[in-house]
Amino acid sequence: MADLLEIRDLRLQFNSLRGTVKALDGVNLTVREHEIIGLVGESGCGKTITGLSVLGLLPRPQAEYTGGEILFRGDDFLVKSEAEMEEIRGGLVSMVFQDPLASLNPVFRVGEQIARVVRLHRGLGKKEAREAAVAALERVGLPGSETILGSYPHQLSGGMRQRACMAMALSCDSPLLIADEPTTALDVTIQAQILRLLLDLRERLGIAQILITHNVGVAAQACDRVAVMYAGSVVEQGRTAEVLKASRHPYTTALYECLPQDKKAEELTTIPGSVPDLIDPPSGCRFHPRCAHAMEVCKDVKPEPTPLSDEHWAACHWVAQQEGVA
Amino acid sequence: MSPLLSIEDLTVHFKIRRGLSRKSVDVVHAVDDVSLQIEAGETLALVGESGSGKTTIARAILGLNKPTAGRIVFEGRDLAALKRRERRAAMREAQVVFQDPYSSLSPRLTVRDVIAEPLRAQTKLSGAELNDRVLELLEMVGLGTQHLWRRPHEFSGGQCQRIAVARALALEPKLIVLDEPTSALDVSVQARILVLLKELQRKLGFAYLFIAHDLAVVEAVADTVAVLYLGQIVESGPTELVLRDPRHPYTRALLASVPSPDPELRSELGIIKGEVPSAVRPPSGCRFHPRCPFVMDICPKEQPELRETSGGRRLACHLADDFAFPPIVRPEGDEGAASREPQQRSSGEGGRPEADEPPPYGRSMKEALFGSRRKARLVPGSMADRSERDT
Repeated sequence: MADLLEIRDLRLQFNSLRGTVKALDGVNLTVREHEIIGLVGESGCGKTITGLSVLGLLPRPQAEYTGGEILFRGDDFLVKSEAEMEEIRGGLVSMVFQDPLASLNPVFRVGEQIARVVRLHRGLGKKEAREAAVAALERVGLPGSETILGSYPHQLSGGMRQRACMAMALSCDSPLLIADEPTTALDVTIQAQILRLLLDLRERLGIAQILITHNVGVAAQACDRVAVMYAGSVVEQGRTAEVLKASRHPYTTALYECLPQDKKAEELTTIPGSVPDLIDPPSGCRFHPRCAHAMEVCKDVKPEPTPLSDEHWAACHWVAQQEGVA
Repeated sequence: MSPLLSIEDLTVHFKIRRGLSRKSVDVVHAVDDVSLQIEAGETLALVGESGSGKTTIARAILGLNKPTAGRIVFEGRDLAALKRRERRAAMREAQVVFQDPYSSLSPRLTVRDVIAEPLRAQTKLSGAELNDRVLELLEMVGLGTQHLWRRPHEFSGGQCQRIAVARALALEPKLIVLDEPTSALDVSVQARILVLLKELQRKLGFAYLFIAHDLAVVEAVADTVAVLYLGQIVESGPTELVLRDPRHPYTRALLASVPSPDPELRSELGIIKGEVPSAVRPPSGCRFHPRCPFVMDICPKEQPELRETSGGRRLACHLADDFAFPPIVRPEGDEGAASREPQQRSSGEGGRPEADEPPPYGRSMKEALFGSRRKARLVPGSMADRSERDT
């Protein structure tokens, strides 16, 4: 299928008083039309920053892009003006966040908030916007929407709030939805319902999604492809089964081994060391100080992606050596 | 031998007061008639969604909530009957680690003071002895002496949780309440904390009351598990038994809702409809009946008794003990799903005109999700049901 979004070698740093935080160090990510791709990694690895970059939501000049491009159907978002980005946000790409209560305005009714998006983007009148809001809510499985339209966010449950946020994000028929940890704040049974909804939206409406999550299970169950991030770069990408069941990058393997599924506490394995400080990141491959397969070259040279199958690649010197590429 | 902790018919209700007279207008039924026992050295896990009463039970044990009814017997003594001073002494033996490592440590205290505080309050240790003990505790949780004079904000979440564990260990308790100790942490950090907790338990022999919503974590650490729903135990027993072969529809629904990290196993996502009802007016009869896929006529009328079944399992459900539940997870493309498809088609329900047609996008979502249509139909009005009609 065609590429909807392609992020090429995106580099981003934050200029702070403590020093320069090298937050993204060459992110490569491809999103196809109508697919759900999972962006998996631990806190601070740059998942959310990547999502916000696509929408141009990071504050400048503190956030400084030092390289790369974000191509949406061949169009580079990084060179767009703020006015153009206004059109893109909500129109072409929309986003839902982890905490639905914090992303809804507490003093407006849910219906007004959704209608406002539609009026701004599609230039509809009051009445039509209201109808669009009802339709959007029905699309995310909130029927009987009249009562919900008239509710304030605090009157809804966590799952309903997240659905309302998604209704807002989808109200302008954007082809790409970025879902940033959409289920993390929810109970498991509600999480399962929201994941069902994401799959359903893709199946019925063909909405492509970037699902940002730290939960490997969520990625395994919902995504067609998975990209694993560590300390600011994507280290492995491929079909879900390839990346999770036949992972090649030592970090992906170690991360999967940490999961407590079907293990006794005594059998749990851990990753030595801790996530690096991105003000002074390790040289070469950023995972090398914690890697079981680290070699001399890892300290000096940042590894390039090594193709493993038509979809699957891993950025690792050790993998390259095994494949006989290096 | 009598158990370390025994909870008998614990009930905790909270009154909602409104207006100037502070008149009680409603009652939140946080915990209703819960009985539990923890043996010395074992790990009991309390599992359930938010609002199930897990934390309320823990707080009642620690004396932070007053029980409305029921008894909490710790080491053979009824906590409610103790005088203030005796109670304080008894509470040395029960310590707690909370969920959020940052908010449970005072930002103004150094690590040394955080760990020394319980020692100062409850023992006569001072000076060099106190110092030695603090260092010993710090070492036990895997932190070095260089951390002694730092404050909590200088640490990562995992390190803060280690400090909280050291503080809980300081008085050599017999019971440690762990309230979601790893849910704020990343998986690689979570694994290390779990390993640490298990190791300390093996060395020092205390019991854990482990509160969690992550069933995979529970399976890894707990000896016995009690599943709570709206303040009541629906199923309890040895972990292996309850989580490998759950007999209560709610336990099954919880397990099915956990997304499996193995992409070749399909979780039955979203088989359970609706949300946890309000504990102010809990549903009649079995409290789970409005969400239960197997609800029967009797369920709204009569509350099922928590009865002992085989192998130490307790179960509160009107379904027969040998009720044949459909499988929770199965391999992708399992014949089970395929064999159910024709039934679906012949029954004339489901809107898809040509079921053989490949799904419009990506891999076969139908197999992944609608393979369980038969079960989905048991849940009228659920999302599965609706999306079928829509297409």
